[in-house]
Amino acid sequence: MIEQQYIDLFEQYRSELDRYSSEAMNSYRDAAFETFKNIGFPTSQNEDYKHSNIARAFDADLGLNLRNIPIPVNPYDAFKCDVPNLSTNLYFLINDRYYDKNQHPEFLPEGVFVGSLQVFSVNYPKQFEKYYAKIADYSDNGVVAYNTMFAQDGFVVYVPKNVSVDKPLQLINILRGGVDLNVNRRILIIAEENAHVKLLVCDHTVDDVNFVVTQVTEIFADVSAQVDMYELEENSVKVTRLNNLFSEQKEKSNVVTSGITLHNGYTRNNYRYRILGEHAEAHAGGLAICDKSQHIDNFAFLDHSVPNCTSNELFKTVLQDKSTGVFCGKILVERDAQKTQAYQTNRNLCASEDARMYSKPQLEIYADDVKCSHGLTTGHLDDEALFYMRARGIDKEEARLLLMVAFTRDVVDLIRIETLQERLVNLIDKRFRGELMRCGNCNVCK
Amino acid sequence: MWQLLSYSYYQINYFRAALNRAAYLIILHVITNMLKIKNLHAIVEDKEILKGVDLEVKPGEVHAIMGPNGSGKSTLASVLAGNPKYEVTRGSIIFNGKDLLDMEPEDRAREGIFLSFQYPVEIPGVSMVNFMRAAVNEQRKYRNEQPITASDFLKLMRDKRELLGMDSQLVNRSVNEGFSGGEKKKNEIFQMAMINPLLSILDETDSGLDIDALRVVADGVNKLQTKENATILITHYQRLLEYIKPDFVHVLYAGKIVKSGGPDLALELEKRGYDWLITPYPKTHL
Repeated sequence: MIEQQYIDLFEQYRSELDRYSSEAMNSYRDAAFETFKNIGFPTSQNEDYKHSNIARAFDADLGLNLRNIPIPVNPYDAFKCDVPNLSTNLYFLINDRYYDKNQHPEFLPEGVFVGSLQVFSVNYPKQFEKYYAKIADYSDNGVVAYNTMFAQDGFVVYVPKNVSVDKPLQLINILRGGVDLNVNRRILIIAEENAHVKLLVCDHTVDDVNFVVTQVTEIFADVSAQVDMYELEENSVKVTRLNNLFSEQKEKSNVVTSGITLHNGYTRNNYRYRILGEHAEAHAGGLAICDKSQHIDNFAFLDHSVPNCTSNELFKTVLQDKSTGVFCGKILVERDAQKTQAYQTNRNLCASEDARMYSKPQLEIYADDVKCSHGLTTGHLDDEALFYMRARGIDKEEARLLLMVAFTRDVVDLIRIETLQERLVNLIDKRFRGELMRCGNCNVCK
Repeated sequence: MWQLLSYSYYQINYFRAALNRAAYLIILHVITNMLKIKNLHAIVEDKEILKGVDLEVKPGEVHAIMGPNGSGKSTLASVLAGNPKYEVTRGSIIFNGKDLLDMEPEDRAREGIFLSFQYPVEIPGVSMVNFMRAAVNEQRKYRNEQPITASDFLKLMRDKRELLGMDSQLVNRSVNEGFSGGEKKKNEIFQMAMINPLLSILDETDSGLDIDALRVVADGVNKLQTKENATILITHYQRLLEYIKPDFVHVLYAGKIVKSGGPDLALELEKRGYDWLITPYPKTHL
């Protein structure tokens, strides 16, 4: 049994685990441990994981840095983001630890807390208790249970009532290690009533070892709050990324999330959105570009439980070489959720003979006065468009490239930071040209 | 007068074939002909559409190819541009002394062939500006020229846009996306103006245009016509030929050119239709 070594590890090193975390975080471990012992990691026997055998990733000799042994890295040296005009407040997580020598170029509005989850649990005990591990339900999700058992630190954005953080926040997750490593990371975003915040999370790998990363993100958008959360994965092919994002929204709130997988190894993104208040809007984007034998699995579940809400999902995949893509999107419109507008679109491009895409859209509607739709296409590049471009003298390869970049455009358009859009178009173009081993001056991706 | 000239030209042509093409005449040909299509056969999905087309075009000339639906007009245009959907089974196409059938579509375009599509393709996500910049620069690269500077490019775009009376908004949008039928056709001629080809093939450019748009498009084509370049107009109707005067008119029927003449032929077709040509005709008509 794959899980056994982790069960033993947890029991054996429990005191170490607790010592290098906070009391508040420690109090969640036991319950998660009980669940994990029962359900274990999901395997492809599980319908929702049919095309992604998660358990297999853990069947390896992975280290965990429970004692928080400092890893020598100066992220400011390693990561020089040369994105023109993208001005952000920059933060780092080295593996699963908050990098506390962060330089703050600008002060945040009063009352806002951005930083270490451990510190937050000590300094803001009330808020921590109210939000931490509250929507990240692990009763049927062994990866989230596992993360809750082992997470010792993470990143928090807390924006109190009526406060707007105008400048986008940027979190860089850096993976470093001398041996194969398991990293368990936690992100918590709290936007109280009428609070506004935008966060960009970038994933980078520094070292050429195997990483298995679990990440659990919880987003709370209170009444009239606006939260933007964009994730950009640029990991090495040796990284397995098991990402679980949970979002909960109240009345008139507006949440935009977008997960862009530019470079990866094996990625599973679970997105769970719950809309609990009327006139709320949820926009979920996803884009993956894979080649070689990379694997991307996007799983989205969106739950409308109250009337008059809007949701819009747009997931796209571009597959080349022998890569595989999976999309499973489920929209649930509960009986009371009248006047719901829910749209889901999944478009996939298989640009090679050997690429494989598995897609499963699902709509479950129990209300009778709703507008819902889902659309799914998987295809090759448009031959007519290719010929049209070639007939203007554009090289076949260049035409293919332009079409692939164009295919990704509407996902990029969902993003509400214009400079980030420009940056992404640029990065996507480089990605297709095979030049994305490093972006400009950045030394992070090797 | 034109009719007379063109008849005598075709008689010479016929005579020449009968003489089994003396070498000096072949040399003469390479120099004077821009395009020479010989006995062209082409199939699409195993169905033979072109069944032996012969056509010669010299610099400075405007040729109109007319014919009923399904006669192979658009196939001829597609084959010239190199659409991979069509397969050439016999015959040859020589363009400025080079074997066109050996070339990829993009190289044909770089050699100076331009096809104005009957159904311009929508390409969501690719802006007109990027599309045109890529096209112009690929052509320049082929001629060993430096890429166009940003300011020259913008000026070129503006000039050509004005030539066609196009809305500045259109060029900021994705290629043909959400364009009306007329806008798409104008956009084809706009691209032609940007690229400045040697041989333009306009495939049913007049279809779907109202009379005002037709005039604008025709004006654009006329302004671009010089002594060095040539145009092949593919059309159903005589209407376009009131605005763009052809030097020669050919009737394509069942995959062959069954009749060639001067501009008067188009008028005659307008009056009499195609029936008188397509009933089994005696060989002497050729």
